[in-house]
Amino acid sequence: MAVRCQFEGSNDIGVFSKLTNAYCLVGIGATANFYSVFEEQLSETIPVIYSSIAGCRIIGSMVAGNRHGLLVPSTTTDAELQHLRDHLPDKVKLQRVEERLSALGNVVVCNDYVALVHPDIDRETEETIHDILQVEVFRHTVGNNVLVGSYAVLSNQGGLVHPATPTQEQDELSMLLQVPLVAGTVNRGSNALSAGLIVNDWAAFCGFDTTATELNVVESIFKISDTPQTAITTTMRKALIDSLA
Amino acid sequence: MEYITPGQPNIGVILCCDCGAQIQPNPTNRCIACIRARNDISEDINKQSTLHFCRACERYLDPPNTWILAPLESKDLLKLCLRKVRGLNKVRLIDAGFAWTEPHSKRIKLKLAVQKEIQEGAVLQQDFIVEFVVIGQMCDDCHRIEAKDYWRALVQVRQKTDHKRTFYYLEQLIMKHRAHVKTLGIKSVHEGLDFFFATEPSAKHLVDFFSSVVPCRWSQSKKLISHDIHSNTYNYKYTYSVELVPVCKDSIVCLPKKLAHQLGGIGQVCVIQRVTHNICLIDPCTAQLAEVSSSVYWRSPFASLCTSRRLKEFVVMETEDADVNYFTGQGQISHKHQVAEVWVQRASELGTDNMIFCRTHLGNLLNPGDTVLGFELSQSNVSDTNIDAMNQDRLPDVVLVRKIYADKATRNRKRRWKLRHLGIDEDASSQNRDYTDFLEDLEEDTQFRTNINIYRDASKQPQDGTESEAGDLPQIGLEEMLEDLHIDSNPTGEGEEMEEGEEMGE
Repeated sequence: MAVRCQFEGSNDIGVFSKLTNAYCLVGIGATANFYSVFEEQLSETIPVIYSSIAGCRIIGSMVAGNRHGLLVPSTTTDAELQHLRDHLPDKVKLQRVEERLSALGNVVVCNDYVALVHPDIDRETEETIHDILQVEVFRHTVGNNVLVGSYAVLSNQGGLVHPATPTQEQDELSMLLQVPLVAGTVNRGSNALSAGLIVNDWAAFCGFDTTATELNVVESIFKISDTPQTAITTTMRKALIDSLA
Repeated sequence: MEYITPGQPNIGVILCCDCGAQIQPNPTNRCIACIRARNDISEDINKQSTLHFCRACERYLDPPNTWILAPLESKDLLKLCLRKVRGLNKVRLIDAGFAWTEPHSKRIKLKLAVQKEIQEGAVLQQDFIVEFVVIGQMCDDCHRIEAKDYWRALVQVRQKTDHKRTFYYLEQLIMKHRAHVKTLGIKSVHEGLDFFFATEPSAKHLVDFFSSVVPCRWSQSKKLISHDIHSNTYNYKYTYSVELVPVCKDSIVCLPKKLAHQLGGIGQVCVIQRVTHNICLIDPCTAQLAEVSSSVYWRSPFASLCTSRRLKEFVVMETEDADVNYFTGQGQISHKHQVAEVWVQRASELGTDNMIFCRTHLGNLLNPGDTVLGFELSQSNVSDTNIDAMNQDRLPDVVLVRKIYADKATRNRKRRWKLRHLGIDEDASSQNRDYTDFLEDLEEDTQFRTNINIYRDASKQPQDGTESEAGDLPQIGLEEMLEDLHIDSNPTGEGEEMEEGEEMGE
């Protein structure tokens, strides 16, 4: 079940937090409300870490990562880096990236196997992404937007892309990423998907304004559901149909 | 090798974020129904309003205080209605028109189409109807008419004479120059006329008109009706008193000696030839002319010894051209007149041998046997300071003023033209002696009638039998007349306003 939440009155929760299958980063807010939402949902499985990047709390826009690693921009201080190192699981690699497009969250979108990056990103950064995050890297755009990190959200189950993405491009991307994609919105019609939505393979959080329709789209494409249907409807289903046939 | 022409990219389908309907993506990412349900761009525009309408004059109130004539479904009414719709400045007006309503329903419906940007890149257009309720309200003008309190300024024109010929002339001048269009009413009073106006400037305008066409002087007074000490505003009724010179055509006057000297040595006893914007004098003994302007007259006024009403009839017995002594420095001499020495007899004493000698400027018109109008100075009791100061020996016995061509009935019958009237008084008929005198003046004096419009009387056809008989009478040629044009198709009776003069005989 996707959870609606707010960061100090703002619906752009994706800006202030980062969620992967191995860890969750949360910006430092004035109150613990936002943090406690994540802690309640996630603390049993993955660490939920208070953090900041270069003294700012807009960590969701600044970092890129998956369960293999975490990339932070060059502006990250040593203390922040140390803090992250201390709290991240040991198998997660942490790397500072010297990249001109320092808002890594906006220029990189990735799951655990594949990443889309801004077409103008450095060659070295591309290699770093490949090495640290252990993904295949594609330079691409989403619906004519170069900020792929802002206009696409990706998990290992599926992906949500900018609403104006043509079907042909959706098909292309889907082939590239090997996950189903759908065009959609969050926060009651907003195009800025990564600002309004964070997902991993079993949890999703979205802004407070997100409507039921949008939640439905998110839950179905990312395969997040409370009901224990997963086994019977996904993996077992084919087998059942096969055996019945 | 063939090029693959890049076609229109196949835009995907998303779900409307509110209702989940499948739509093409748009800036709001909602379906049209949801946008309409959420955004009402006409919500700041009031859908009902009122129009104030004066039933008496059928005008609409254009706030704050103008009243305009606007037929149903006209541009003017649309403009007025749009101005009444509040909140239109926040949207872009695309289209406006009237929706049909029953003319007597006191409802006017306006169909508007407006556009507004509801979100960056998303412009919504919406049609809606604004209903106006027409509320009756009497306009200020009608209100004052109803309250019989409609005039604010009054022009009183007065002439201290015993006849009304000057006012008949003034009436024609006013009609020709349309100086009466702003009057609320014209009233005939003893020795003059009253003109009522709603505003002071229009009254002043008429006074200026009078000053330019007749010799007169005026004075102004005002009466305080009400005033507001807080806003320092005063409400006055203004009265202009216009006094016309008390001398008229065919009056006999005695000029002050000094004035006679100034006018080129004209004789003191003169006949007034005509009164237009100046007073035109002629000396019967020398046929010398003089013009006295209004300012000169009021500086040294002279009264009439005898008005045209008191003239007596004389019969010419004998006529002979006279020698006139002209001198240098003399004023203009009339070449249309011929000074003659005539012997006349009173018409009442015809048959006796009581003959009177006089000199007259009518020498070229008079033949023995003609009847003339004149004034017998020697037999009259005249009180005039100027004439008292004159040498009594130099006073003429009789001053002849004008020739009588035929009796009034004949001349009335022969008259093939007519004048228009303002309808001030109803007695402008052939029975009214002042009026027929005025008409005869017009026939006899071309210069006098240049200022007024004369209309052909279609009811009087020229008859061949009487034409020769009328040959002697002074008449107005057809080329000077205008054709009276009546537009009768107008059933509302506003035809009088529509009448136009048309030049004839070209």
